[in-house]
Amino acid sequence: MKLIFKRKSKLKEIFFEKIFALCSYLSILTTVLIIYILATESFQFFKQIPITDFLFGTHWEPLLEPKSFGVLPLLFGTLLIVIGSALISIPLGLIIAIYLSQYASSKARRIIKPILEILAGIPTVVYGYFALTFITPIIRIIFPDAEIFNALSGSIVVGIMILPMVASLCDDALQAVPKSLKQGGYALGTTSFEVIKGILIPSAFSGIISSFVLAVSRAFGETMAVTLAAGATPRFTINPLESIQTMTAYIVQVSLGDTPQGGIEYQTIFAVAGLLFIVTLMMNLFSNYIMHKYREVYD
Amino acid sequence: MIKNNLKNRKKIDSIFKVASKIITWSSLVVLAVLLYHVSITGISKLSLDFLNNFPSRFPHKAGIKSALSGSIWMLTFVTLISVPIGVLSAIYLEEYSKKNRITRFVEINIANLAGVPSIVYGILGLAIFVRFFQLDRSVLAGSFTMSLLILPVIIISSREAIRAVPKSIRLGAYAVGATKYQTIRHHVIPIALPGILTGVILSMSRAIGETAPLIMIGALTYVAFVPETVMDPFTTLPIQVFNWASRPQAAFHEVAAAGIIILLIVLLFMNAIAIFLRNYSNKKYDF
Amino acid sequence: MILKTKNLNLFYGSTKAINNCNINIEKNKVTAIIGPSGCGKSTLLRSMNRMNDFIDSFSIKGEILFDEKNIYDSKIDATELRKSIGMVFQKPNPFPKSIYENIIWGPKINGFEGDKDKLVEESLKDAGLWDEVKNRLNDSALSLSGGQQQRLCIARAIAMKPNIILMDEPCSALDPKSTAIIETLIKKLRKNYTILIVTHNMQQAARVSDFTLFLYEGEVIEFGDTEHLFRNPKNKQTEDYITGRFG
Repeated sequence: MKLIFKRKSKLKEIFFEKIFALCSYLSILTTVLIIYILATESFQFFKQIPITDFLFGTHWEPLLEPKSFGVLPLLFGTLLIVIGSALISIPLGLIIAIYLSQYASSKARRIIKPILEILAGIPTVVYGYFALTFITPIIRIIFPDAEIFNALSGSIVVGIMILPMVASLCDDALQAVPKSLKQGGYALGTTSFEVIKGILIPSAFSGIISSFVLAVSRAFGETMAVTLAAGATPRFTINPLESIQTMTAYIVQVSLGDTPQGGIEYQTIFAVAGLLFIVTLMMNLFSNYIMHKYREVYD
Repeated sequence: MIKNNLKNRKKIDSIFKVASKIITWSSLVVLAVLLYHVSITGISKLSLDFLNNFPSRFPHKAGIKSALSGSIWMLTFVTLISVPIGVLSAIYLEEYSKKNRITRFVEINIANLAGVPSIVYGILGLAIFVRFFQLDRSVLAGSFTMSLLILPVIIISSREAIRAVPKSIRLGAYAVGATKYQTIRHHVIPIALPGILTGVILSMSRAIGETAPLIMIGALTYVAFVPETVMDPFTTLPIQVFNWASRPQAAFHEVAAAGIIILLIVLLFMNAIAIFLRNYSNKKYDF
Repeated sequence: MILKTKNLNLFYGSTKAINNCNINIEKNKVTAIIGPSGCGKSTLLRSMNRMNDFIDSFSIKGEILFDEKNIYDSKIDATELRKSIGMVFQKPNPFPKSIYENIIWGPKINGFEGDKDKLVEESLKDAGLWDEVKNRLNDSALSLSGGQQQRLCIARAIAMKPNIILMDEPCSALDPKSTAIIETLIKKLRKNYTILIVTHNMQQAARVSDFTLFLYEGEVIEFGDTEHLFRNPKNKQTEDYITGRFG
């Protein structure tokens, strides 16, 4: 006795597969469009301003006469934020991850992990507000000559912002270290600290580095918090108490103003965004590369 | 000869343990400080009027009606656009695609898109949706822009949820003569659903809080009405907060704080749902 | 003769898993495939209903003939093939649905239009599970014990009324009592089905099978009547293996 079946339509199968494939290729279209738009508009810009003037000029004054288009002040402003926030988030994030993966009880983990997630989910504009109305006043008490908008406040708040990301990515990397390795260490009579230092961190090293790079890239592209807290004064400075302007904050400033479409001022945002895109892309690719390499080791 | 320095080593260990514990918990205090600071600044401005008023030149009259409705409009369309595309992409990448160069390229591409600064998406939206498709500064332009921004996040989290479905279930389905589509439709998706939803909700909360891309497409304008069609201009909660926070007057900072309270309540609510769903999915199908 | 391999070679990438295998599987008999782990037992079994198609690096040379037709022929649809050649896996893998749904899902998606309740009841009876579950058909399959789950998986395979059932170490995850029940069941099922069973347990092969195939490093070392093979192995390696000298 056999069951009698109706034949299935092969066409339907193929149709669905094609639709699904189409959706996933949309992401490539997105990348292509981003690159196309940034490239074409930047090309217009660089037809008028030599690329060396842009990359190595130390004066950024595209909106007022006499105009000058040296991106270094914006780049330095951005780097100030990036370095400051990295100094906060990287060591703290790693320590939190170590505590979570090594010392914390499962009960403590159950409390800390969601809090980190909530912190990571708070909109950047809220962090900007917090910097402006809470961190900056404290900074100005400690350093009375700090300006209302200053790089330090921006760095601190961006550091707080990316801290949860560093912590949870490092935690993932530490968790991925096989238990047997850890137990091998304990079997030799080592303490937890020695296992962390000698086994856990070296084994998870590329995962940890990859998370650092990702965090730095995130700080590089961060917009709202620095727009609110760090100011709108493109300055070629390394003094964190001064008002600066990041690349992202400049783009916001232009789009908030009445800059006419098609003019050179307007094209600057594409040139700046292009630079921003290239730098973050390199960091993301690098992070992805080391992450991928490390995955293979323990699979 | 082994030196007996265990006592000393144990001391270092316990110092480190205590130090890392203190650092961890005090970092978390930041959240408490932030919430406290925002609450005491904004609570006095919080009222039904605040929810029902449009933005105003006068801080005591300013409200978030247009911003709240704009956020809801945008979120609705972002969901409609990004969830189907994102989940279907994830299904394709996880279930259909062969492990070849093209797939690898698509994967790297998505991982990178997830790391592209949000303001770059704003520029993309400005050039494509606002200008090329002439959608202007409408709800639709904002929703498309935001959808592109959160698509990589949805794809990545959905893939994780799909990957967590035991392989044996798929094989069991194939063994009774199921096609790939039937296997996915009847088994993989239902089992992965809580995980997919968790990811979707978390990306939605990202969309609700994003500001920069919408500023780029020109959503920061004085909007004193509730959008009625997808082609209407709009404003959203975080944009309104940014607007108030960037004004010098302290009174507007209080209004901003009130706006933040509303924004955070919405986000907290979404996060709670996500956490609930995740715990639910962890408990079920554990084999 | 229901299933036959001709000069069959199976590969994972460039690694050969099965080398030049020529066997005939008799209809309505139980054939056991034994051998040390990694010898290619499961690979061989899974190639019989094209379950290896899901492994990207898998490739095949030679033929597997089912009813005299090469199942790797481009005209053969693997999905259609699996309706005739069912499979039971190492670990019970019921769908996270009700007991009833587990049985009827296969026939349903394949367009079965007969009496569903009857088919479910028959299949569960054939798998010796009916009396234990008849009052709780709508309970989740995951509420069953491991041994019951595996019998449910057998019932799920039976519901498709296949010609052949492939079993990949079906008892390796089960306790001795459940194993005994399933072994009895296998002997009973032989009446209506052809069964191929992979096992790492030689006693099990001796207990349930009519024919035994001994594989070692991808080579068929010996294939023949089970009783004969266990009593007078022709090959030294077979003898060493079944007497427990290696493996």
